[in-house]
Order: sequence, then C-alpha cells, then structure tokens
Amino acid sequence: MTVTAAFFYLFATITIASGFMVIASRNPVQSVLFLILAFVNAAGLFLMMGAEFLAMILVIVYVGAVAVLFLFVVMMLDVDFAALRQGFLQYLPIGGLIGAIFLLELILVVGAYAIDPGLVRSPAVPIPAPDVMTNTEALGQVLYTRYFYFFQAAGLILLVAMIGAIVLTLRERVGVRRQDISKQNARTQETAVEVRKVPFRQGI
Amino acid sequence: MVIGLGHYLTVAAVLFTLGVFGIFINRKNVIVILMSIELILLAVNINMVAFSTHLNDIVGQIFAMLILTVAAAEAAIGLAILVVFFRNRGSIAVEDVNMMRG
Repeated sequence: MTVTAAFFYLFATITIASGFMVIASRNPVQSVLFLILAFVNAAGLFLMMGAEFLAMILVIVYVGAVAVLFLFVVMMLDVDFAALRQGFLQYLPIGGLIGAIFLLELILVVGAYAIDPGLVRSPAVPIPAPDVMTNTEALGQVLYTRYFYFFQAAGLILLVAMIGAIVLTLRERVGVRRQDISKQNARTQETAVEVRKVPFRQGI
Repeated sequence: MVIGLGHYLTVAAVLFTLGVFGIFINRKNVIVILMSIELILLAVNINMVAFSTHLNDIVGQIFAMLILTVAAAEAAIGLAILVVFFRNRGSIAVEDVNMMRG
C-alpha cells in the first residue's frame, strides 16, 4: 500500500508541476514538452486506477499525435513569442483570483461530496475482475454493443475534423503549373495539332 | 495510507484550475490557450476514470474515450484555424482577431 501511495504522489506531483510549467513557461516549445510530460504522468495515474487501455490510448493519441501537432505548429509559425508575453503580469491578479475561487470551490466539493449508495450497488456495466477479462476486452464488449452509436458518432466527429483541417489549410497557389487531366483529355487532334504549309524561304 | 477517490479528484481539480488560470494569464498567446484547454480536458478525463473505477462501472471509461476523441478533433481544428489565421494576418495575438468587428 505504501508503494501505491508513493507512486500516486510521484505521478500526481509531476502531473501538476508540469501542468503549471505549461502555462508559466516562457518558450512555447517548452510548454509543449511539459504538456507531454503531464500526459505521460496522467497515463501513469490511469494505470494506477486500473484503466490500462485508456492509459495507453492517452500516450498514443496525445503524445503521439496531438502534442506533435502542437510542436509542428509552434515551430512552423514564425511568431515573436516575447511580444505575446506582454501583459503577463497585468492579468496575473485577476487570473489568480478567479483561479483561487475555482480551486476553493472544487476542493469544497471534493471534500464534502457523498455518493448515493444505490449507485455503487447498481452499476450500469460492472467492471469485470482482471483475471476474468482484460480491461481492453471489457471496454470493447461495451463499446461495440451498447454504445455502438456513440462509437460511430466519434468516428464522424473525427471525419469532420479531418475534412475541416484539410479544407482550412489547403490553398491554391498562384503561378504554379498543375496537371489538369480533364483538360488534357478534352483536347482533340483539331485543337492540338495544326498542319501548315510553309512557303519556301518565308517561314511562318 | 489508502489512495481513494478524493485524492484523484483533488489532482483533477488542481489540473482544471491550472487550465483555467492558464487561459487568463496567457490572454495573448492562442497556442498556450489551446494547451490550457487540453489540460482542462485531461482533468475531466481523470475525473471520469476515477469515478468509473470507484463506482465499478466501465461506462465512465467509455465516455473518457469519447472525450479524448473530441479533444483530438478540437486540437486539429484549432491548430488549422491558427495556421490559416497566421497566414492571413502574420500574427497569432488574440487582440488582432477583430476582422469581423465583433
């Protein structure tokens, strides 16, 4: 039990510290790297809670895709980040006040909540014991049957996001010669080739 | 020392607050604001999984996965909009977002 507590505090401390560094770091590249650290440690917390599949998905999706996307954008855009730091201290008091109120309220909720005992007794889909079925298998058995429409909706959301991102960033560059297949196929011999009789010693 | 639901909820609450705080203090930098939104969604996911394991109900993990999907889609769209905006205006400062005079 002590080992569990030690690992919990390790993961929790690093998650929160790197979460703080994400918003406080001067360099956005460092912010992205701290975001990756926060996600990896949150995946550790998920593992400790017994959600192995979600922990691995978190590492794959966030660290492998989202954070790399952020890194690409931060490095691709030529932005003067020092200028964007102006007014950092100006917003600090109001931000700190609102943050403190938020945290206080949330801690009060966490400290005073009570769960309806009926909820604990009647879960919608109980988690099977780890020796009966793995977490991934259990998730799949629920996701592909009971929540199948949600699964499809998630796929549609990703499709729309993909199309949206492509349409937004695609641009027609002017002055670039492109191959136009339909235009090429529409050419006939009459429009393409012209036979002329060249007069002697005059040229065309 | 037993690590219970309250511990995880506290971590999620602190992370959520950091995300909200980050939006306030980085008012000018859209990239950091997007990262703060990711932090907020991560906090929500930690809550979902914590309640899922505490109530012995796997549905919470299903919904955490859906939140993950939406977060990934949101990051992709947000960054695409950011790239287009930078191409048009040459800056990503939030104050410059006034083309529509709204």
